[in-house]
Amino acid sequence: MFNEDQVFKALADTSRRFLLDLLFRRDGQTLTALESELAMSRFGVMKHLRVLEEAGLVVTRREGREKLHFLNAVPIRLIHDRWIDKYTERQVAALVDLKSSLESKKCSPSRKKP
Amino acid sequence: MQSLEKEAMTLQIHEIYIKATPEVIWDALTAPEWTVKYGHRALHEFQLSPGGKYRVKANQQMRSIGLPEVIIDGEVIEAHPPRRLVHTFRFLFSAANQAEGFTRVTWEIEPQQSGFCRLTVTHDLAGAPIMASSTAGKYNGQGGGGWAWILSDLKTLLETGKPLAD
Repeated sequence: MFNEDQVFKALADTSRRFLLDLLFRRDGQTLTALESELAMSRFGVMKHLRVLEEAGLVVTRREGREKLHFLNAVPIRLIHDRWIDKYTERQVAALVDLKSSLESKKCSPSRKKP
Repeated sequence: MQSLEKEAMTLQIHEIYIKATPEVIWDALTAPEWTVKYGHRALHEFQLSPGGKYRVKANQQMRSIGLPEVIIDGEVIEAHPPRRLVHTFRFLFSAANQAEGFTRVTWEIEPQQSGFCRLTVTHDLAGAPIMASSTAGKYNGQGGGGWAWILSDLKTLLETGKPLAD
């Protein structure tokens, strides 16, 4: 299930963000391929991948004898829609407000009159 | 081994958990009146049996910028309501898109605990790099927006009754 705490926790680690970047660049990689990019034991990489998988950021598929790891960007999108959009929208609204108040040649913030 | 990984690279897998019944999610994906309520707000038409037609029609805004009447086409391969739908998928936005030909989309709806379903979209984009960059892309306010953005919008619509960007 989507759990924001788990997603934030999974993202709060350099190695795990690096693993996501690796999958972003090239999706569907094996543990062996990912491990070769990190100065870390196979077990360490496995542990990080498990945290990412539990947070829903990585999904795996079995292809024959191989287990392939895919980036699932949806939880990041959900966090974006829930947290980032909300605050950037306010910033944009404030800038629009500033622009209209400057354009109406008043130096005070625009106020709505009843 | 080499070819196996190469093949896998053309797959995009997106998963989302939605608090809704499989039937509601199925309708949201396949019923034309639902498909205009989220994502790119374009009407999707499915003939829900193997060999049936799949078409997405441009909305008014899309037509006003010169897109063709039918912007996506394909064919239904499998339809098992409300759990599994497989169809081919081709963009008709431009000649370059059209030349890439058909790709394959698999939708799976799996009930989980406490009223949630897991919705998985597996898109095999072999031979379609232009489409792959669109479907992996973010919403940019100008028509772009890949699976992650569409699914997030769908979840919001089904769980709150209102889409994200209204």
